[in-house]
Amino acid sequence: MKTLPSAGQRFINGIIPENPTYRLLLGMCPTLAVTNNVKAALTMAFATTFVLFCSNIMISLIRNLLKPHLRILVFTLTIATFVTVVDRLLAAYMYEMSKQLGPYIPLIIVNCIIISRCEACASLQNPFISACDALGVGIGFTLGLVSIATVREILGSGTWLGFTILPPEIWTPWSIMILPPGAFMTLGVLLAAVNYIQSKYKTE
Amino acid sequence: METNQSNEISQTPEVKRPHYLIQAWLVILLSVFYGAILVYVQIHLGPQIEKNKTAATFAQIPALVEGADASKTESLTITGTDGKPATVYRVKNENGEAIGWVFPGSGQGFGDTIQLIIGLDPKIETLTGLYVLDQKETPGLGNFITGENFRGQFAGKSVLVPLRAKAGEPENPEEIRAVTGATISSTAVCDIVNATVAKYKEAALTQN
Repeated sequence: MKTLPSAGQRFINGIIPENPTYRLLLGMCPTLAVTNNVKAALTMAFATTFVLFCSNIMISLIRNLLKPHLRILVFTLTIATFVTVVDRLLAAYMYEMSKQLGPYIPLIIVNCIIISRCEACASLQNPFISACDALGVGIGFTLGLVSIATVREILGSGTWLGFTILPPEIWTPWSIMILPPGAFMTLGVLLAAVNYIQSKYKTE
Repeated sequence: METNQSNEISQTPEVKRPHYLIQAWLVILLSVFYGAILVYVQIHLGPQIEKNKTAATFAQIPALVEGADASKTESLTITGTDGKPATVYRVKNENGEAIGWVFPGSGQGFGDTIQLIIGLDPKIETLTGLYVLDQKETPGLGNFITGENFRGQFAGKSVLVPLRAKAGEPENPEEIRAVTGATISSTAVCDIVNATVAKYKEAALTQN
């Protein structure tokens, strides 16, 4: 049996070598849908990380009780519970943001990053390693979303996290960048850049 | 561990498994446990979420009825024709004179329930404004119902004749230009407005 990664490896893996957005291309729905401004992207990333963290620990605690043919059901049940909690928390304390993110918060339930971490890590390893894994992947996902949102918000609105970067006098905002096509173009260009940097790094 | 378990299943397919309810004991137990967590969350956060919704409604009142003073506006609980109690708002200006009404309305859209608030004149004959509180219509199509271009058409329309959504340029006064050719979301909004006015008009007018 192959030895499983340690807590430190799990943490590091999630950030760069197995970055969910750029290396594994998982969780594309929020990556494309809520990255037209940095604030929405950060909220989505934190919400996903919270759900990931809680579900990983919960699944890890009950990992020895899981039956193979019922495990996906248990994963989904666990994830759905924490997503509902996060959805209610946002509606109670960040009402405007919760309206802006709309259906994308409930859609975290079917975000394949979380179910893949439950399957690949939490159902095999102890809660501490699973927690490190969740934090690593969470940071990696946050980096992915925020990098795309940064490009889109600066080019599309001339702002970053609401602060003016390119004033309207010198910059005509590209409204396509805040519309869905802008998400595809930004993701494509950034993915190409990441692949290019990696190929350079590997050959040297 | 993973591979061992799946081998065991594939090598001994004839093994007698326990009753499915017994196999699912963990799922059942977890459902109860998670259900309890959600009940706890809802009890603690539910009132706050309701408060946010009311605050969002109040914030829109000046935009729905011209000259309104949200702090003077009165909340009334009335019974609609469906027999259910509902909160409507008697909008007042800064001198405390009643200058209109705000009714909450909701109904099925294409995606999910659409929640509206509707501004009306004191006699409940003319619309003064419309705002979409909550909707999950298709992004880029149906969700244009939240836009000023669509909502702006309702101000000044008479509610004595039911409103209709129409693809293309409206020809009659009761027609509203739909946001897309398919008109599902736009028709839903018109229907909600018609139904809401019919439901609360009488009860609201008899309030003193």
